[in-house]
Amino acid sequence: MSSVAMIEQTAGKGAARAAARKRKRNAGGAGANHRPGWVTYTILGVVLLISAYPLYYSFLLGTSDAQTIAQNPVPSLVPAGHFFDNMRRVLESDIQFWKALSNSVIVASLTSLSVVIFSTLAGFSFSKLRFKGRNALLVFVIATMAVPTQLGIVPLFIVMAELNWTGKLVAVIVPAMVTAFGVFWMTQYLEEALPYELIEAARIDGCSMIRTFWHVALPAARPAAAMLALFTFVGSWTNFFWPFIVLGSSNPTLPVAVQLLQASYFKDYSLILAGVTLSTIPLILVFAVAGKHLVSGIMQGAVKG
Amino acid sequence: MAVISPPDVAPDLEPAADRAPRRIAFRQRLGKWDVKLSPYLYISPFFLLFAIVGLFPLGYTAWVSLHEWHLIGGKGDFIGFENYSTVLHAAFFWTALRNTFSIFLLSAVPQVFLGLVLAALLDANLRAKTFWRMGVLLPYVVAPVAVGLIFSKMFADQSGLINTLIGHLGIDPIRWHADVLASHFAIATMVNFRWTGYTTLILLAAMQAVPRDLYEASVIDGASRIRQFFSITIPMLRPTIIFVVITSTIGGLQIFDEPKMFDQYGQGGADRQWMTVTMYLYELGWGSQKSFGRAAAVAWILFLIIIVIGLVNFSITRRISSAGSTAGRKSR
Repeated sequence: MSSVAMIEQTAGKGAARAAARKRKRNAGGAGANHRPGWVTYTILGVVLLISAYPLYYSFLLGTSDAQTIAQNPVPSLVPAGHFFDNMRRVLESDIQFWKALSNSVIVASLTSLSVVIFSTLAGFSFSKLRFKGRNALLVFVIATMAVPTQLGIVPLFIVMAELNWTGKLVAVIVPAMVTAFGVFWMTQYLEEALPYELIEAARIDGCSMIRTFWHVALPAARPAAAMLALFTFVGSWTNFFWPFIVLGSSNPTLPVAVQLLQASYFKDYSLILAGVTLSTIPLILVFAVAGKHLVSGIMQGAVKG
Repeated sequence: MAVISPPDVAPDLEPAADRAPRRIAFRQRLGKWDVKLSPYLYISPFFLLFAIVGLFPLGYTAWVSLHEWHLIGGKGDFIGFENYSTVLHAAFFWTALRNTFSIFLLSAVPQVFLGLVLAALLDANLRAKTFWRMGVLLPYVVAPVAVGLIFSKMFADQSGLINTLIGHLGIDPIRWHADVLASHFAIATMVNFRWTGYTTLILLAAMQAVPRDLYEASVIDGASRIRQFFSITIPMLRPTIIFVVITSTIGGLQIFDEPKMFDQYGQGGADRQWMTVTMYLYELGWGSQKSFGRAAAVAWILFLIIIVIGLVNFSITRRISSAGSTAGRKSR
């Protein structure tokens, strides 16, 4: 950018524009110095349709009624008018939709918050503080990502039963309070984003470690922390296996409640898919607002990891 | 001549300076402990939690699996490996294992291939880059339970969307919920629907990190786009492909949500034709048997399988992609 600005100053606007154009062209992909043709766009368009249609299909069936669905396997592309009717039936059914929604919000928010705080704390320590065994411990953290912890559910359930936590939200929140992925992610980020000089300055000014963390590391970690929160939120919102086992149908999160719809109303797909649509809308909204951060988060994580 | 202090005076002075202001010394000591302990304190939440909800349960699973253990009744007698032999003699266990592997292969393999192709398409100088990238990622925010419900309707045996569409192409309706392979294909489709975009973006990021001068050099050597893809892109992506394959192994072999949602009973079909190992584990522990001992035995077996497959995966992917890169080098 700056060199283009310099060309503009020294050689005039036209030359600058030419330089900018040239730069843009060279910034392309795999040997792609020119824009791709319509074939690429067509294929991508089809892919986009495939990834969006099932959601729209769910919405379409959710606006319909059981009889129409039975008669027309391929729904008309225009929504029918029964969505609010179906929605009301979902809300009035015994799956406790509102409770499930608020449970999901509580679990996802608290988990995200705690994952971000503990991961940033650990990431600060791993990336910027010197202590014995640092490298070995970090390798251990990374190695734990490959452990299929889901297979420990039997004892975990026994523990939760001992604590009298079955059916309570703590049973879902506590095991998810900090993740290896989060620690690794924040370590990677803070390594680059937080200069040692800032920490030293804070220390010289007499800050304790925890104040240094709070006033220096945490603000520097903000972009990565936001992404981590986003991923944790999505993961928690869509999580099914453990909540299903430990919460049961009396105090469900959204996926558990939606699953109940199928068990009790399997003949009426308009109702089931209206429920599915309702449970999916919140995350679609999050995606519309913050989807590009999810994209760049995945891509950054991939390059570093 | 007594201006410069002789060296033997210094040791006398030092402790005096250290002792003089008591408060500061105390503070310094506090600060020293702060510096020494804080790093450990800050990483401790992860290690504590992992020990309690990760490591301990896995170890304890082995202990439970050696006992008679009832969901409600609790611990019973020590019975050695009886749970293992019961499970290994159960026909459903082998069915579940077969189904899990079949579904896993049907989802992991196409996903890597599709991901590579899509990433190659996205790795071009596209207009509205972010839009297309978000487009492929959209299914990722849909819960597997929701995906399962939507697709089980689309794959309905009678009056389902897919059967009607392939009917227009002149193909006979497929019994998605009755046939073994067809049901695996349908479930793998759900997994692919949700994860292909994610995989694509990981591979895309790795592609963009490939040094551009490699491509420029290959153009001078007269390589085509296809040749570039196989001789440069794939070999350079080796670590990323290994990463993708390993993570999808760990997740894929534990699959539960999608097959659970494939019909309203959630047991994996009349003949358990799409029951996975984790579903079997659930059925043993929380279904009619309520046998935690057997469920734990299944968990431990699956754990070992995942580790073995992970290692096999690692060596195979390594060999394939290193073979690719040596081929690429030879052709130079």
